[in-house]
Amino acid sequence: MSRILTMARAGREALDWEMERRDEIFVLGEDVYNFGGIFGTADGFGAKYGPERVINTPISETGFIGMAAGAAMAGMHPVIDLAYIDFIGVCYNVLLNTASKTHYMSAGQVKVPMTLMIGTGGGYNNAAQHSQCLHATVAHIPGVKVVYPSNAYDAKGMMHSALRDPNFVIYLTHKGTAGVGWMGTPLKTTLSEVPEEPYTVPFGKIAITREGSDITLIGLGMSVHECLKAADELAKDGISAQVVDLRSLAPLDRDGIFAAVKKTGRMIVTDEDYLSYGVSGEVIASVVERDPTVLRAAPVRICTPDIPIPFARSMEQAILPLAAKIADAARKMVK
Amino acid sequence: MPLSPELRRNMYRQMVRSRAFDDAMIGLYWVGKTPIFAFANGPLPGELHCSNGAEPVGAGVCAALDADDMITADHRPHHVAIARGVDLNAMTAELLGKKTGLSQGKGGHMHIYDTRVNFASSGIIAEGMGPAAGMALARRLQKRPGVALTFLGDGAANQGAFHEVLNLVGVMKLPFIAVVQDNEWGVSTSKKESTAVARNSDRASAYGMAGEYVDSNDADDIYLAAERALARARSGGGGTILELRTARLAGHFMGDQQAYIPEQMKQIDPNPLYRAKLIREGVLSEAEAAAIDAAATAEVAEAMRLAQEAPYPDPSEAFDHVFAGADA
Ligand SMILES: Cc1ncc(C[n+]2csc(CCOP(=O)(O)OP(=O)(O)O)c2C)c(N)n1
Ligand SMILES: [Mg+2]
Repeated sequence: MSRILTMARAGREALDWEMERRDEIFVLGEDVYNFGGIFGTADGFGAKYGPERVINTPISETGFIGMAAGAAMAGMHPVIDLAYIDFIGVCYNVLLNTASKTHYMSAGQVKVPMTLMIGTGGGYNNAAQHSQCLHATVAHIPGVKVVYPSNAYDAKGMMHSALRDPNFVIYLTHKGTAGVGWMGTPLKTTLSEVPEEPYTVPFGKIAITREGSDITLIGLGMSVHECLKAADELAKDGISAQVVDLRSLAPLDRDGIFAAVKKTGRMIVTDEDYLSYGVSGEVIASVVERDPTVLRAAPVRICTPDIPIPFARSMEQAILPLAAKIADAARKMVK
Repeated sequence: MPLSPELRRNMYRQMVRSRAFDDAMIGLYWVGKTPIFAFANGPLPGELHCSNGAEPVGAGVCAALDADDMITADHRPHHVAIARGVDLNAMTAELLGKKTGLSQGKGGHMHIYDTRVNFASSGIIAEGMGPAAGMALARRLQKRPGVALTFLGDGAANQGAFHEVLNLVGVMKLPFIAVVQDNEWGVSTSKKESTAVARNSDRASAYGMAGEYVDSNDADDIYLAAERALARARSGGGGTILELRTARLAGHFMGDQQAYIPEQMKQIDPNPLYRAKLIREGVLSEAEAAAIDAAATAEVAEAMRLAQEAPYPDPSEAFDHVFAGADA
């Protein structure tokens, strides 16, 4: 049996299934007990699993994420809710120097299986400290797996994969894609038919979200949905756009990216993270390092520029990598 | 300064100005957000953390400050900003994301800056700690009298920055006050559940500084305690953790249903209590109090009118002010 779910409900189902069967999994984070975390991924878990396995933490990110790493080293599998990625500054050292590197530094003696769930992104006027994507800032660290589902089917499958992974996995969800009450009506393209039974979606494989032959639009998180909107627009002009969802940043499916771009010979990479030193450059490098001759036009990036996110709607909407910009760039490239 | 009638009337005035501001913002916040709620919708988008119930903190502490003192505040900054004298018209416009706002629409409600009155705020919890200690250090190096204060919540007192900075302040005997606003909650997590000691002010002994707890949410008591802490800071006596029991009457942010708050933890509105007290003690007549209330409402209505008429920033302005210098 399957039904249509939001990403938040789909992720929750996977976490619930694994928690029912595996005592080593527990959830911790701010407000997880009453609110079930920022997206309700642990909604109702307080009542179901009790305060020992659903731990409401103080606002002490360095402390409780470090604690999670230690619990993981001692045989547990913590699932942490860090709400917004803007808060990683407070606990970055645990990510950067402990959770990511301990397995390597101990030559595999010590494992750190933990799943860190974080919400990303803006577009809802929450200004410079609550709207960032910063996924490149975590994907840059060796020893961390970073996954970024953008629809409900992947949200569930990647949650199962994360919870069965013996490594530190950062599981990102763009706030605008999760399908939660405070972001308004769920975005249609994030909803999917989700089987009730458990299943995994492997890390390190792109998804071709829409077939097309003239140009390849590549996105991740929210920008996948902007690419899909742009592809709809382009179809009206007779341009057939293929849409690629990266889904996983580390590992990155360089073969899949190359094959998808080779098919059309044109690429636009879209990313709500800052333009420079980020995913977009990395994706382009995956193609041109291998064979620049597959490209019929110079690659184009539609990303958030290198500026803090402004509060006012008039400015924020103008800097986001929205569908209109993507479609404009595609028309120019295909012409 | 003694607790004069004039000073108390002024504290009451700041409390009602702040409340009028928040009530007006709450009214506007819901425009465009029903029946479907979304942070992004309406003329006042984003998260909104209102100060209803915490007005005595802003009024009481700020009444004791001098012009040279510096403030950092948190995600719930309105009551402190207003009592400190942040430009109300420009602050209103900022919340609406207008060109005439304090930060020309770049900051929004969690990021209130007004250098005229040495006020700054940050939406990252306890992030005001380090900068306030640095401001205290700057004032010392500049041989100026100013004291630095950071306003933060009871929840923020469990953040690493809180403890690291208190130790620095203790070691350096900086003119610094951590104003911990104990409203018993950090979002849906109670202080009891998150904090190992009943009072953060007790933690002062670990950092070689003074700690004081004020249990009343009464502007007079808060003012007097702030005066003690400021006198200590100005005379080289070092820092203080000044913890103030206060209230959070409008939820964590707009949209918070507060179903997690049990009946016996419902909080009392301090503003009518202070009003009644001043009338009872002959500091204000009923007519004078009513006039203060009406003036605050009118002032905020005018600020709101100006803000609503003001233009939005041009999209191209998003690129201004990334750096200081010739092109900023
Ligand atoms: C580093 C960091 N972690 C988490 C948050 C999310 N957050 C915003 S306000 C808040 C609660 C703060 O509680 P408290 O300090 O008591 O202030 P109050 O809201 O009660 O005024 C939390 C957890 C944040 N902004 N920054
Ligand atoms: Mg609080």
